[in-house]
Amino acid sequence: MALPKIVGIETELGIMVRGTTEWNPVSASSLLINAYVGSEPGGLDDRSSPIAWDFIDETPGADARDFLPPEFALPPEIETHLVNAVLTNGARYYVDHAHPEISTPECRDALSIVLYDRAAELIAIDSMEQAANALPPGQEVILYKDNSDRKGNSYGTHENYLLDRSLPFGQIINGATGHFVSRQIFTGSGKVGSELPGVGANHVPYQLTQRAEHFEEEVGLETTLKRPIINTRDEPHADSQRYRRLHVIVGDANMSQVATFLKVGTSCVLFAMLEDQALERVHLLDDPVHAMHQVSHDLTLRQALPLESGGSMTALEMQFDLLAQAKDWANRFGFDAVGGDVVGEMILRRWEEVLTGLESDPESVAAQVDWVAKKRLLDGFQERHDCDWGDSRLRALDLQYHDLRPTKSLAARAGLEVIVDETDAKAARHDPPTDTRAYFRGRCLQKFAANVVAANWDSIVFDVGDDPLRRVPMLEPARGTLEHVGALIDESDTIVELLDKLGA
Amino acid sequence: MAEREQIKKSPSRRDEESVSEVEAKSESGEKLKAELDDLLDEIDDVLETNAEDFVKSYIQKGGQ
Repeated sequence: MALPKIVGIETELGIMVRGTTEWNPVSASSLLINAYVGSEPGGLDDRSSPIAWDFIDETPGADARDFLPPEFALPPEIETHLVNAVLTNGARYYVDHAHPEISTPECRDALSIVLYDRAAELIAIDSMEQAANALPPGQEVILYKDNSDRKGNSYGTHENYLLDRSLPFGQIINGATGHFVSRQIFTGSGKVGSELPGVGANHVPYQLTQRAEHFEEEVGLETTLKRPIINTRDEPHADSQRYRRLHVIVGDANMSQVATFLKVGTSCVLFAMLEDQALERVHLLDDPVHAMHQVSHDLTLRQALPLESGGSMTALEMQFDLLAQAKDWANRFGFDAVGGDVVGEMILRRWEEVLTGLESDPESVAAQVDWVAKKRLLDGFQERHDCDWGDSRLRALDLQYHDLRPTKSLAARAGLEVIVDETDAKAARHDPPTDTRAYFRGRCLQKFAANVVAANWDSIVFDVGDDPLRRVPMLEPARGTLEHVGALIDESDTIVELLDKLGA
Repeated sequence: MAEREQIKKSPSRRDEESVSEVEAKSESGEKLKAELDDLLDEIDDVLETNAEDFVKSYIQKGGQ
């Protein structure tokens, strides 16, 4: 049986400071995050410093292809000196390279991830407001949830999926590559113009995704240069004998909740199918990297992508065939791996609706698919103002779609369908999911913040007074839930009491 | 919030499939056009005033 598909999303945000020319993105990101953490209940006000991230288990240089010599690829660097906080909802909020980055807590299904992705947007909005108080009058930090500055610089929105270690990595590569290329038709956030050298605006005035053009390899360890479609970073943040965390770096940041739901939901289904050995038809692309660019550039969705076996398929055909196989899989195996019947059925239904809509008339999914929603604004603007694709107002509109300020965000005005309750999302800024180990992390931070020395994905270090520091390992992502530890945490008045009850 | 209002305005297409499809299409088509007009009015109001400078100054250092 497939393992529960526990998932998380890491979002690197675009950042800009208005009202001064003297700023740099690293210090602006630090100021922003410190301003937020200082305002969070249980945050800086109650402690001398925010709860630190524990780097002991970080090994981003480990490669899933264990046959490769270490010098084959340069391992990514970890910056341990920058702001790096753990939030009471179980999320991580930190400065990564030159961007603020929020990693959602571990979520049990695609709907839960939409809730925590929306909570992350709200945290970013709160952060901008708090930062305004810390800046001189007239200055403002602005965050954008996008993946490219349209000048060749890209920053990621990474998905993470819990996989069974026993699933051979080659099967992941073969099964996932075609999905990552073809799912772009509903995961793309849209981009005006092209960032590929030598591709003019008359050739590609608008494309489906922000991210596709930044991919140059099929498989590899890098994330910042020569980005690969399949990233081999092998850092499970869990029991490495049993689990793999697949680090998926190809996706766009979505403003549409339905797009986020489908991006994660369809991928969860695919990985469950692979683990259940239920993916019977795998369509290997002849040139996946080129196909990735082709799909992004093709607004008709009718481009034939050559297959390794000869012949060709369109991205829509690949997605319809995967959906058909997913239905067969669901009949045989049920939806337990992807969060149960309600979410599972919702994934298949929404998937079919969006594919059918894209096939018959893309405009019909303007409330669900970002690139369509954005194109509708761009087309309407062009018609109203009689301007062509070279007009800088269209490029401004493209960027401002992703502006997270409620007063400026165009995505917030585009009529996108909302599938999680806004009140729940506000609560999720502070409260962890109840059905993964993030619950234990979040509740400990809420209740025993003064005793938490450091935390990371798979452990928490507690200061229990006179005794040595105690590290509580959390190597099972599906344990530490409300059901497992909720009552114990409720009944414990001190951290020592809790640790004794846990036998830790 | 704006988004909350938006969802109320957006047609809940899947729940109204009893209405004949053609009727629903032209109706929702007109509604969408009216919505788009309102939306474009709003965009004219909130779009960054100096678009060219804004677009030029949006430079991000690379990330992952």
